[in-house]
Amino acid sequence: MVAVTVAVIRFGGSNCDRDAVRALEHLGVDAEIAWHEDGLPADPSGVVIPGGFSYGDYLRAGAMAARSPVMTEVREAAAEGTPVLGVCNGAQIGSESGLTPGAFTTNRSARFQCEQVHCRVERADTPFTAAFDEGDVVRLPIAHGEGRFEAEDDRYERLVAEDRVLFRYCDADGTVTDAANPNGSKGGVAGVLGERETVAVLMPHPERAALPDLHGGTDGRGLLRAFA
Amino acid sequence: MTAYTAVVTVRLKRGVLDPEAERTQEALERLGFELGDLRSADRFEVDLDADSAEAAADRADEMAERLLANPTIHDYTVEVEEQ
Repeated sequence: MVAVTVAVIRFGGSNCDRDAVRALEHLGVDAEIAWHEDGLPADPSGVVIPGGFSYGDYLRAGAMAARSPVMTEVREAAAEGTPVLGVCNGAQIGSESGLTPGAFTTNRSARFQCEQVHCRVERADTPFTAAFDEGDVVRLPIAHGEGRFEAEDDRYERLVAEDRVLFRYCDADGTVTDAANPNGSKGGVAGVLGERETVAVLMPHPERAALPDLHGGTDGRGLLRAFA
Repeated sequence: MTAYTAVVTVRLKRGVLDPEAERTQEALERLGFELGDLRSADRFEVDLDADSAEAAADRADEMAERLLANPTIHDYTVEVEEQ
């Protein structure tokens, strides 16, 4: 039997889980919420780790959820090639769990920021960016206090050399500038890939830019088509 | 078994921006204090029973490695005292 359902993992404090399901269903993708204590459903066609404030951001954003047993299952699924996407708090959980490199920490502003940003597609040969061309500019919303991407210098250089940066914050023309970097992320990194190009995390919210009746545009659909 | 308290101090690595510490420093300066630099750290005090101080330190070290610190951005120290 072929699995057709994307599992959207809900932790205590997740709050973009239903948005992700709605956005996926809008694209014709079967998706359902999976309570983390119940584990992943058998052979999911994909996994979304949604945004929110799992465990109240105790210790560090994503630190607690990253150590929950379901994340062992997610790492196994990711290693087998199941598409896995972490968004916002899901990105923090993904990096805390070792699914993707680097860390997301306190914004340069030390404030929670909720705004529209532009991101440049750095790689178009992944399931999450197949709808775009390299260099395309997408407009997505961010809503986070701890989204500043950090990695040790040598680790960051390796990341770039391995072509694992998926998105960088940029201006509307696609130029990566400090002014267009909303949170002080190293290299303007907004999203990175894991060991495989089927595993990605990003701070902006594609699921909040997927439905036609919202004002943030629909650029997020391209990312979610990875699950179609 | 002996009762120990392991103190785990988790700090941002040198060179990693600490916006909260910067804002705290600015607030102190607004209050009229003169200061050079300010760094913040998280301190965890863990009570535990172990056969030796080394064993207690090893366990606290593993706690830091696996949860209390994020090795990408943090350094940490462990100090053990008998209770």
